[in-house]
Amino acid sequence: MAIRKASRTRLIGALTAATVALALGACGGGDSDDVAADGSVTLEFAQWWAPELPAGSFDKIINEFQTANPNIKVKLLSGPYASTKQQLVTGAASKTLPDVVGLDGAWVNDFAKQGAIADLTELMGDANYDSSQLASQIQLEGKTYMIPVVNFVYPLFVNQDLLTKAGVDKVPSTRTEFSDAAKKITATGGNVKGWALPLDTAVPNGIQNDVMSWLWASGGSMLADGKPALTTPQVKSVVEYVKSLNDAGVIAEGSLTMKEQDKVEKFTTGQVGMMIDSLAHINLVKENAPNLKFAIAPVPAEDGFTGKRGIPYASWGIGVANSSKHKAEAFKLVQFLMDAKANAELATLANGFPGNKTAKPDFSKSDPMFEEAFKIYQEGFPANEFVGLPKSEDLMRSFDENLQLVLTGKQSVDDALSKSQDSWSSVIE
Amino acid sequence: MTSLTVEKPPPAEPEAPTRTKKSVARRLIPFGYLSPTIVLIVVLMVVPIIMVISYSFRDNVIVQENSVFAGFANYTDVLTDPDFVAALKNTFIFITVSMVAHLLLGLGFAMMLNSGMLSGVTKAIFRVVYVLPWLFTIAVIAVIWRLLLDPSGVINYVLQTLGIIQDGVNWLGDPGSALWVVTFVNIWSGYPFFMISLLAGLQGIPGELYEAASVDGANPWQKFWNVTIPQLRPVIISMAVLDLIWTSQQFALIWMMTGGGPLNSTEMLSTFTYKLAFSEYEFATASASAVIVLLLTMILAFFYVRQQRER
Repeated sequence: MAIRKASRTRLIGALTAATVALALGACGGGDSDDVAADGSVTLEFAQWWAPELPAGSFDKIINEFQTANPNIKVKLLSGPYASTKQQLVTGAASKTLPDVVGLDGAWVNDFAKQGAIADLTELMGDANYDSSQLASQIQLEGKTYMIPVVNFVYPLFVNQDLLTKAGVDKVPSTRTEFSDAAKKITATGGNVKGWALPLDTAVPNGIQNDVMSWLWASGGSMLADGKPALTTPQVKSVVEYVKSLNDAGVIAEGSLTMKEQDKVEKFTTGQVGMMIDSLAHINLVKENAPNLKFAIAPVPAEDGFTGKRGIPYASWGIGVANSSKHKAEAFKLVQFLMDAKANAELATLANGFPGNKTAKPDFSKSDPMFEEAFKIYQEGFPANEFVGLPKSEDLMRSFDENLQLVLTGKQSVDDALSKSQDSWSSVIE
Repeated sequence: MTSLTVEKPPPAEPEAPTRTKKSVARRLIPFGYLSPTIVLIVVLMVVPIIMVISYSFRDNVIVQENSVFAGFANYTDVLTDPDFVAALKNTFIFITVSMVAHLLLGLGFAMMLNSGMLSGVTKAIFRVVYVLPWLFTIAVIAVIWRLLLDPSGVINYVLQTLGIIQDGVNWLGDPGSALWVVTFVNIWSGYPFFMISLLAGLQGIPGELYEAASVDGANPWQKFWNVTIPQLRPVIISMAVLDLIWTSQQFALIWMMTGGGPLNSTEMLSTFTYKLAFSEYEFATASASAVIVLLLTMILAFFYVRQQRER
């Protein structure tokens, strides 16, 4: 009797375990229903913006949207930039992207080619949306895939105390002036250098922000008819200029593995006199070094250049997943964030410039430097030729590796540009 | 007279089918218990590994809907890529130097902590100090060492103050030193695990063996070589093989410290594979690289399993 009972208990135990196993197996296969019983729809919105804004402020903007659209709920999936990117790359591969996605212009080409993000031109048409109010749209073959919500420009930051100490009375505006100022700052001694150049290959955006910015500032281009054009005199003059600064010893040590945050840290602690950096870092620099006297200016151009200067920028872009079952609702959220009022509010909070041309950011509570930067932005034009290119991070990395060979004396400028040209040509067809 | 009563045997029942059913059920019971684990292993390990292997034989996987069979083309691409060869060489140096240093440092510190020459309090203090690197996460270790090794950082300052160097050394930015520096940081972060395991092994060696060696007139070196090492041999071999496997998978430390640079001087198989997948979006080639890493790791795992069986 006892034996039979024990055997029955074993059998029940085993069946329970098997049921758990079946339940586990079922977990992955289910298709979550995002339409509630009351007919309301829940949208997932993955972005890296919320952690970069003052705590709770992005939730407030989203709550405003939910109040205006009671049948749409938004679930924010917030994370740092790098992990959001990884999440989206894997989501795009498995066709499980969240309904609305925060995008960087550098990812658009790859996601669009995978069919992971939706054609917004079509959604704008369906919603009768007036796109003339948008400052820019990121397009591929005539179709819009990303709308920049907030733009961040990358001006030149100058430590005025170091400049004065070095005997330079004017913020450099040309390459010669910059080179001269960098040499004089370096000559003040004490481990201080003129400029910081982050060339770390893990996140090679130094090529975009700190190298190609010199090209765009002088009206140059690294592309011709959408194809790589790296062997032009304009690009060559930029690489030769960077090399001349390196040869003169005015670039902070360790640039081959320096990251963007190291650059900001060195500027904040007065170890370098000048850097090209995101305007969004003004508050960070001021928080960490309240007594640091610094100014912002356009990136220096070639001597004698009188044209409009391109100013590098990065965007918080937005797109809609192609796999979303609620594209119309998702576009309502896009529309809301691009609305003049919400867009101005978001740009003010983010210390960036609005993606809606009619939005007026409120500079009254911001640092006066933002107003100054807005002038620089309006006088020049936003320039970032990596936006919309395929595998843009890889393009930056291959250029980075060749530039590193130049700076370490292992390759000539011509060879570096020619190899980069070949490498880029195999990617951009 | 006693009477012997023999109970009648129960009437024979047609039991054969029931017994078969019961024995089948009995045989299935263990699998029922194991089923949650089996499902988890299948979903989290078997399926992803099979998918990666199948990707490695195709082209245009993931990023395009119509992938095509490519045979061994991805493997040829990977194996003939000079960056892969460099990564293989760097990984070999990184894992072997790390393993040997982990072993020597771990054994040295374990023997010190096991020695009768130190008091209990001193041992406890050293135990805490020695184990500290193991308590930090890799992200913290990378940030701390990046700051320490900065050309204007603490290490250069100390060395310059002591007059050991004249100018600040560019530890991570110099292609000639970067690999050795990240290897050093990996050694620093990993030796405590060796130390703890070997300390446990040392404490398990019977005192009688040392007494017998003393009676035979053995000196401290002979005791170490003929008693300690043979007794620790199984632990040392297991730890060494496991360390080679774990270190070959080290990604976060390299990625956060140098990103594989400068000039690929710290490129490892892990960073090489990651860049292929998440920067170049070449998932098929990245899968081929991952399969090669899997095969190399399996060779190490084979030696580990064989050594465990022998024990």
